[in-house]
Amino acid sequence: MKRDKIRILVVDDEEIIRESLLAYLSRDGYHVETAPDGASALARLGEAMPWSLLLVDLKMPGGVDGLAVLEGARKREPGASVVVMTAYASVDTAVTAMKLGAYDYIAKPFEPEELSLLVDRIVEEQALRHENALLRKVVRKEYRFRDLESRSPAMQALFELARPAARSGSTILILGESGTGKELLARAIHAESPRAKGPFVAVSCAALTETLLESELFGYEKGAFTGATTRRRGKFEAAQGGTLFLDEIGDVSAKLQMDLLRVLEERRFTRVGGTESIEADLRIVAATHRDLEKLVAQGQFRQDLYYRLNVIPMRLPPLRERMEDLSLLVESLIEHLGTELGRGIDGVSAEAMQMLLAHDWPGNVRELRNVLERGIVVAHGRILQDSDLALPPRDAGAGALDGTLPSLEEVERRHVAHVLDHVHGNVSQAARILGIDRSTLYAKIHRFGLRAES
Amino acid sequence: MWWIGTAPEHEPLLDPVCRQVNHAFGRPVLRIDDPRRPSDTLDPRRSQHSSGEILRWLAKLRPGQRLLAVTDVDLFVPVLTFVFGEAQLGGHAALVSTARLMPDDGPALLRARLAKEAVHELGHTLGLTHCPDHGCAMARSATLYDVDRKNAWLCTDCRSLLEDRERGGTS
Repeated sequence: MKRDKIRILVVDDEEIIRESLLAYLSRDGYHVETAPDGASALARLGEAMPWSLLLVDLKMPGGVDGLAVLEGARKREPGASVVVMTAYASVDTAVTAMKLGAYDYIAKPFEPEELSLLVDRIVEEQALRHENALLRKVVRKEYRFRDLESRSPAMQALFELARPAARSGSTILILGESGTGKELLARAIHAESPRAKGPFVAVSCAALTETLLESELFGYEKGAFTGATTRRRGKFEAAQGGTLFLDEIGDVSAKLQMDLLRVLEERRFTRVGGTESIEADLRIVAATHRDLEKLVAQGQFRQDLYYRLNVIPMRLPPLRERMEDLSLLVESLIEHLGTELGRGIDGVSAEAMQMLLAHDWPGNVRELRNVLERGIVVAHGRILQDSDLALPPRDAGAGALDGTLPSLEEVERRHVAHVLDHVHGNVSQAARILGIDRSTLYAKIHRFGLRAES
Repeated sequence: MWWIGTAPEHEPLLDPVCRQVNHAFGRPVLRIDDPRRPSDTLDPRRSQHSSGEILRWLAKLRPGQRLLAVTDVDLFVPVLTFVFGEAQLGGHAALVSTARLMPDDGPALLRARLAKEAVHELGHTLGLTHCPDHGCAMARSATLYDVDRKNAWLCTDCRSLLEDRERGGTS
């Protein structure tokens, strides 16, 4: 990076110090600016161009001292290194500054060599960090299957299965909670398939009534029913040569299950009210958040259709089962949303990341996307703060954001996990709060696969 | 170039330094013989002279003239323990001191060091910033080791930067 692109902010109440540091560092070719007090320094944090280094005097009048500037910088300029300067070398304040995340601590006046080496070291380290970030971006591609990104073993295994599956023409059944990215996976499969040049047509089977869905899927002939004034092509025809994605397949009626079975068996269909048999030259990818096996057992879903659909099943894990992906997803979504919303956002603060990690994401990646989108819209600086994220308080009894209601066991699991988390895994305390004895709690921890302090 | 120091025996050093500066920039260098000296630049607590104060005195006394003053008093800027010299970046006044350049073994090394720092500070007045090439006169010198390993002339990059600036009329 060219030196004049490296921005240094000198914060000191003494004009002569500001001037001499400005002159000294400018001669090194850096872009140097100054602020006469803590408040004006805070106002300059989070500007469009990031600061690389803040040289901050520890003791400044006016209520906002060097430590306050340091704290502000940690939140709003996490990429900047803060060096604290003081006229009086005191171990106590040095320790406090270092604990608060200062890069280093120097006593005025400094040896010219000391200052030069310190600044050089910081600039070199930042260049390395920058290079690492670029490399990380390259490596991130390794964790991708089209628009899906993950480094979790379960997802990696899924990608491994999806690549050859996409190339085959077989029917694929995608299972997973709402918001886990079922349509994204279906689109990725389409894009990787030999039918990639053909259309990708998506239908949500839960959104329409039986008769509407029927004509939506198969189309209709003129006069097929009142209002059918012209012939209309259905989704099966629209998807010819490509992929038809049938979302919420678990919600289709018994009659339509029958019709779909016929198409899958015969690879042909007819428009509603028509007689012409049309060849279905397409690949079907179906998806549902429901437990199809259970629906089959309850007689609500045809077993023969289930077998026809369940040729290559793929299960997308919920976000809470792949929390190791959270930072990767946050990074990728922020980059994507930032461009979409025209906001340059560099990342999230450590506190915000803690908050995101503590949430259990019942609405999965879609919920994460919504939370980040809102955060980006309301954020003031280049870094999303915890206050920008409108995450609901952790409420064990709350239902999922997508409207599905959790079972009693799920509510119990979440509540036990929440209480354990609150008391940092202390079983005795958790048992007291829950009003049960320790052995009962241990049994629940075991049953729900939770972790407690040993 | 103007001697504003206290020890008259150092003044003869200036002639060879003038030649070196002339060689480095390809411009004529004139000696000034002016008996005036800066006052009130001594900080009694530090027993050092403020280089910033001296620069301001120089700029006020002979405005618009590119001027290098050479002194033998120890110089400081408020945040640093000492400086070999200082200059106004893109300005007119530059200052170097022999105080910290003094070697144990004779005047030849002092002359060489002084020439390097003179070219360095004048380079700043011409808008040049520090150069990453350790051999270039514009390399940063925080220690005598840094001074000794560089030359009294500009590297090719700094010379072309200077030519670009001059063509752009910003010197």
